[in-house]
Amino acid sequence: MEDLRLVANNMRKNIVKMVHNAKSGHPGGSLSCADILTALYFNVMNIDKNNLNDKKRDKLVMSKGHASPALYAVLAEKGFISEEELMTFRLIDSRIQGHPNMKSCPGVDMTTGSLGQGLSVGVGMALANKLDNNPFRTYVICGDGECDEGMIWEAAMAASHYKLDNLLMILDHNGLQIDGRNEDVMNNAPLGEKFAAFGWNVFGVDGHDIDAVTEACKAAETVKGKPTVIIAETIKGKGVSFMENQAGWHGKAPNDEELAIALRDLGGEQ
Amino acid sequence: MAKIATREAYGKALAALALRNPDVVALDADLAASTKTNEVKKVAPERHFDFGIAEANMIGAAAGFACNGKIPFASTFAIFASGRAYDQVRNSVGYPHLNVKICATHAGITVGEDGATHQALEDIALMRVIPGMTLIQPADAIETEKAINAIAEYEGPVYVRLGRAAVEEINTSPDYKFEIGKGVVIHEGTSPVTMIATGVMVQEAMKAIETLKEQGIDPNLINIHTIKPIDEELIVRYAEKSDYIISLEEHSVIGGLGSAVSEVLARKCPRKQLFIGVQDVFGESGKANQLMEKYGLAADRVVEQVLEFLK
Repeated sequence: MEDLRLVANNMRKNIVKMVHNAKSGHPGGSLSCADILTALYFNVMNIDKNNLNDKKRDKLVMSKGHASPALYAVLAEKGFISEEELMTFRLIDSRIQGHPNMKSCPGVDMTTGSLGQGLSVGVGMALANKLDNNPFRTYVICGDGECDEGMIWEAAMAASHYKLDNLLMILDHNGLQIDGRNEDVMNNAPLGEKFAAFGWNVFGVDGHDIDAVTEACKAAETVKGKPTVIIAETIKGKGVSFMENQAGWHGKAPNDEELAIALRDLGGEQ
Repeated sequence: MAKIATREAYGKALAALALRNPDVVALDADLAASTKTNEVKKVAPERHFDFGIAEANMIGAAAGFACNGKIPFASTFAIFASGRAYDQVRNSVGYPHLNVKICATHAGITVGEDGATHQALEDIALMRVIPGMTLIQPADAIETEKAINAIAEYEGPVYVRLGRAAVEEINTSPDYKFEIGKGVVIHEGTSPVTMIATGVMVQEAMKAIETLKEQGIDPNLINIHTIKPIDEELIVRYAEKSDYIISLEEHSVIGGLGSAVSEVLARKCPRKQLFIGVQDVFGESGKANQLMEKYGLAADRVVEQVLEFLK
């Protein structure tokens, strides 16, 4: 587990470096889901270089597509893309677009970016797996602000209606969206109770505890007859002192000095 | 001639296809009895998925099915498929170029009594502008069946525009062949005038030509079932031997077939063009034939406009 913390830490360094290099991007919500992605890609999902091109394997939909730096960073940790390529993020002619494009970047399982759409795609993937009677699972990462979108609730209804116990949603619950705190911008709380009312199994975990996220994902595999959502309590900007819990760092790039501080913050964890 | 709605032909063709191809799945949004995807329920109920009145989710789920190797046929009314779910079609289907077939029924003004809220007169424009989207509007039941089979073989996103009202069977010739992207010459005329029609307007153009002939005007008639990619070669070939082009569509004259034709002609063979279609207004309630008449789409109204144009 110590090793995976180093993986997540390296992802965080890459996230801030990518956004700094591009002079644009979304560091806050990328840093908040770095540990979740680490748990999924290293402990939970059966995805590796050998089965990357198989249609039949676990898949992940990054519904909060603006957290693409976190997704690219974990894909680099898995060796699907190189660490050098990360520095082409958001630059012209890059395979790693501002928001994830499945047609250009190896390991991206669905094109996302327009918020609210990923959970529905997960529903379709999970239904296809049920139809094929195959055991592969579908993982969807959504943001809490994203749950303002009505389409999330259309998908929540359908996942429950079709008893999609092979679908796992992880809600990156960092409490902030672009304009500020969720409760001030649009109070969509209590999200756990809402998903429960829609017929979902609900788990809550510390979203920065890789062990706990892993265990919750494994526990979800044993829940039959309903989809599971893991409400992962997270800190937006996690790991970078001046970004933590600051809505202002949702979609802003650090300058040179800020990058140095961020890397120092992250280096301190090693 | 037998009259069958293209949506009826769609339901039958889809059910037959589902029997032949286990990867085919049908998705609907609480309109299965109207879109006719309920035909699939009869033969393969496990592959018919109703998403309730939630079109955005249905299109997103269709993208997910396609990601995992299925061939989803998603159906609802054209107004919802192209309008309500536009962002989903653009971003989750079009941009990743997923193998999703959106078969939208109740397009155009022939929806009738439901009125303007349900009459999609903009869907060709909306779908045509999405990069990589193939757009097909069959003119009759025969063409619909062939189109459904053809798009199942084609890998990529397709929007099929189907109608509510019964239409005459046109493509009854045993030589009739359907090919995505290829127009069909319905009538070889003798006048330097070419009519280019799609959907229900093919039958109206055929009737109009009978009247026009009596007045000494004998236009060519081309059926464009694939509006995108459009058959540039055929259009240019007929434009070259014509002084006048007339486009006919049960759709707004902005952004639809007429626009697609004029885009070809402006680049390759400029010609004076008459745009027959709905003239940038919303529809209203009424019987399909009354609306066709009032909005200038019925054969007699086509004749009037053509005569005025050729003056």
